[in-house]
Formats: sequence, structure tokens, C-alpha cells
Amino acid sequence: MPYGPHTAGDRERMLSALGIASIDELFADIPTLLRAGRLDLPEPEPELELAARLQRMAGRNRTDLASFLGAGVYRHWTPAAVDQLLLRGEWYTAYTPYQPEISQGTLQSIYEYESLIAELVDLDVVSASHYDGAAATAEAGLMTCRATHRERVLVSKAVHPHYRATLAAYFGAGLELDDVPLVQEGDAAGTTDLGALERLLADGGPPVAGVIAGQPNFLGLIEPMAEIGRLAHAAGALFVSVVEPVSLAVLAPPGAYGADIAAGEGQPLGIAPQYGGPYLGLLASTDALVRQIPGRLVGMTTDVNGKRAYVMTLRAREQDIRRDKAASNICTNQALLALAASIYLATIGPHGLRDVAAQGAARAARLETALAAVGAPRVHSGPYLNEFAVRVPDARGVHRRLIEHGVLAGLALADVLPDEPSLADALLVCATEVTTDDDIALFASGLAAELTGPLTGPLAGAVR
Amino acid sequence: MVPTDLRYTKDHEWVRVDGEEATVGITEYAAGQLGDIVFVELPDVSRQLDQFAAFGVVESVKAVSDLFAPVGGEVVATNGALAGSPELVNGDPYGEGWMVRLRLSSPAEADDLLDAAAYDALIAAG
Repeated sequence: MPYGPHTAGDRERMLSALGIASIDELFADIPTLLRAGRLDLPEPEPELELAARLQRMAGRNRTDLASFLGAGVYRHWTPAAVDQLLLRGEWYTAYTPYQPEISQGTLQSIYEYESLIAELVDLDVVSASHYDGAAATAEAGLMTCRATHRERVLVSKAVHPHYRATLAAYFGAGLELDDVPLVQEGDAAGTTDLGALERLLADGGPPVAGVIAGQPNFLGLIEPMAEIGRLAHAAGALFVSVVEPVSLAVLAPPGAYGADIAAGEGQPLGIAPQYGGPYLGLLASTDALVRQIPGRLVGMTTDVNGKRAYVMTLRAREQDIRRDKAASNICTNQALLALAASIYLATIGPHGLRDVAAQGAARAARLETALAAVGAPRVHSGPYLNEFAVRVPDARGVHRRLIEHGVLAGLALADVLPDEPSLADALLVCATEVTTDDDIALFASGLAAELTGPLTGPLAGAVR
Repeated sequence: MVPTDLRYTKDHEWVRVDGEEATVGITEYAAGQLGDIVFVELPDVSRQLDQFAAFGVVESVKAVSDLFAPVGGEVVATNGALAGSPELVNGDPYGEGWMVRLRLSSPAEADDLLDAAAYDALIAAG
């Protein structure tokens, strides 16, 4: 029997009040071809048997691995208060509260999220919020085009490849997106090529609306953000910084080096890594761009009695007011995840966040030493925070075999950046405050066995 | 009765042609319909506008509306005072509340527009 709130009698009364014979008549305007057909689902099973089957399937997940995988999603310790407070029923409500007079609590939580993120990125305006870092970055690119009335954006090849793919999808309808190549050799290898950027900005093509670069970049390296911003601004373009929020506790924030827009993935702020999300897109800008930023903005004001009150503000940017002229029609508020980020930041505080970032950097330094000692040196020589690429022959094969050794050896870069020959034999690895010395020792011993061969012990059976 | 020295669009913009240049704003009727205006987005100087192209946005406490150029031309000036005092559009729509000044690309385009009597009839009809 289907679960539904209405009895057959209820439905009968509603149909007769409407003067129609069947519910299908309500959908008469939708061509039959476009209507949902019968869903292709398996036959029902007893709950006991179904639960057992699902548990067997879930048991195939490897949650026991020592993980060095980052690449845009980072494992962190989260205070128990974050998940516990998220369970409160008060939060399971409209993610966009259109009636401020009855939504003060929700509005206050959004206001606090915006205030916390604004402090983190050192910019004036934060919108709440976006699907994920990729969507926020793509929105940032569109903002630069609207603000400058130009139609071309340059994106560093060291911005996350998924973000660049999303940008390309958003820009498919008539806007131009060009890659800025990476430095191939020397101390700056793996970072955005400033000479190439300067040439692209003055290549006689359409004028550039915005320049997008990541800090740290996808390869974990620290980019010369102030210099990238200076070049962008000299060409009349806006500068978008793609940030990892925990890093902002120890690195200069976008506002300090002249970024006009900051975008990023909010997952590291108290949200567990999980397949495909849901995650949290961060988006912030200078006050000058406030009319261009998509997403909810909550302001603090006073009511008629002079008491503090919260309202959604500058609504004319939004799709329910401006329809096709809205700042975005691909826009949401990940309200519960924004709340998780707020609780995480409020719980661990600025000193705690600095500790998280610093401990990740310290453990990554130990990881670098341990991997170099077994013959897997860094690919690049520039500074990094807590993620870096190491040179490993047959990186894909090694990655696959190390899983049998209990190690998730980061990401084989050839899988996501196949057109960068310098990264063909490289693993992108990261450490955070939850990475233990035992994890590092396990990774190093497994890699040592791989790199020195002939293989003995548990890995021997896994040889190709 | 609206000012007789101006020409009007059906979208409630006015234009005052003065030799090769023209000043553009929205009518008192439009401002009244929009209510308290809180923001006016204006184009960059030197932008080239076709006749009836959208050149900006006017936002009130209850509505948002595009602005259309009554005549084509190059933007030679915008009313910077509106950035800090958008309420000038409500208080003095035909004077201090002007929006852009254009260098006309084709003065004959003004002949396509409504004169004061025709515009009066338009708003009287609602």
C-alpha cells in the first residue's frame, strides 16, 4: 500500500470539488510523452531481508583504509556538537525563509553563516549558499562577465578540474573560457604561468572579464595570488580566488590580496566526506559587486519597535523576482550544510581553525619526508600547505595495489589531468590533523615494497 | 499633463533632444507606479546603445524594471547622483532624476516616439 496522506474518500471529495474525474486531468497540459511512466523498481522485499542485503552491500565499502586522498574534499575531526545540533527539528524547514516575521531563527543562522565566512575570506558580502565549490566557482565566472559586460574568462589549469568542467558547462552558451597553462619547470613549476597569463590578457582576443586561480591550487601549491590579481586588474578584469576555507586560518585571505570574488568548497568546515555531496558552495564578493552576487543575502535591521530583526535583502537579484534577468537561475541555499559550517566555525573558534590548518601542514611535512625516504620525492619544489604531488612510476598501478595494503594513496593525477605529461607518474596526496604517524608508516612501507621490489609479503599476491 | 517639450516611449521613458544629444529618464507616472526607488543601475560611459535596447535597471522596494533607450546613441554621461540618492527619480523625474545622456546616432529616431498628448492618452488608458 502506498504511503500517502489522503484516503480514497479524501481524494474523491477533492476531485468532485474541482469538478474533474481523475487526478490525471490536472496534468492534461503536459504532453503524454513527457509524463513520468511507471518506475522500473524491483518487487518489494520484507524489511528484514532488505536490510540484510543492503548491509552486505555496504560491507563492501572500504572504510578501514589509511586515507591520503584530498583533491578538493578533506577529512577533518568534527566536534560532536555539529552533528548533534543538526538533528534538531527546528532546522528542518524552508531553506529560503520568505516570511521574515516568522523565520527569525533561520534568518539569524544564515546571517551568522554569512558573517563568519565574510571574516574568513575578508570580503564584504557572502551569499548563502551554493551547491558546491564547482557551482560557486562557475557563478563567480558569470559574475565577472555581468559586471564588466565582457564575455571571456581565463581560468588557471591549476584550478580543480571538476570546477573547470562546471565552468565550461556554464560558459557553453556563448561565453569564452580559456585555460592559463602551468609553469612546467623550475621553482614555480605547477603554479599558474604568469607570463602566459599576461600574454593571454593582451592577445588581441575579446577583452577578459575575469581571471580565476586557486589558493592552494589543485596540486596543493601556493600561488602568487597578489601578482595574478595585479595582472588581472591591469587589464580591467576582475580576480576570482578559489579557496579551501581551512587554509584561510593560516594563509592570506582573498580580501588581503585584492580578490574581487572568493569561491570555494565549504565541505572541510564540519561536513563529512561523502559520495558526491551534498556539499556547500562558498561565494563572497566585494561590496561593489553586491548586485551581481547570486544567492540569499540576509541583513540585520530593526523592527518598528526598535528591536533587532533579520530580513532577506537585495531580493531584486533573485529568480523569484527577476525571473530570466536574475543573477542566477541555477542557485540554491544549502541551508543545513551552511549551518553545519557555522556551528563548526563557532565551536572550534579562530584559534582552533589555526590549529587544524597548522597540524595538517605539520603532518604533511612528515608525510613528505617519509615518502621521499622510500623513493617517492615531490614533483614540485614550491611551497605547499597540506597537499602535494609525489613522483611514483606506474602511479595508477601502485595506487590500485596499495589498497590491498590498506592504504588509499591519494589520487593518480593522470586520471584527472591526462593532458599534463609532467604529472603522468604522480600521486596527489594530502594530510590533515586526523592523519596519524601509523597511517604515514603504513603508506611508506607499502610504497617501499612497491618501489624496491621484488615484492614479498602481503603485496606479492597482487602483482600484475 | 506631462511636459510637452519631451518625447515618450510606451515603456515610460522620456527623452529630451537637444541638438545632437539627448537626455533620458523615466516618467513621473513610471516612478509613481514603481514606488520608492532604491537603486538605479546605469551603463558605462561610451557604451553604444541601439534604439529600444535595455541600458539599465531601476529597482524599487516592490519591483524591478529594465530601462530602454528611447533613441540610439553613445552614452556620453550618466547621472552619478543617483548612486547615492536614487530617490531623486521619485522627487524630480524630469530634472534631477535624469539617467543618461546620449550622443544621437540617428536623430530621426525621435520621430518614432510618442508626443506628450499621445503619452497622456496612454497613461490615462492605464
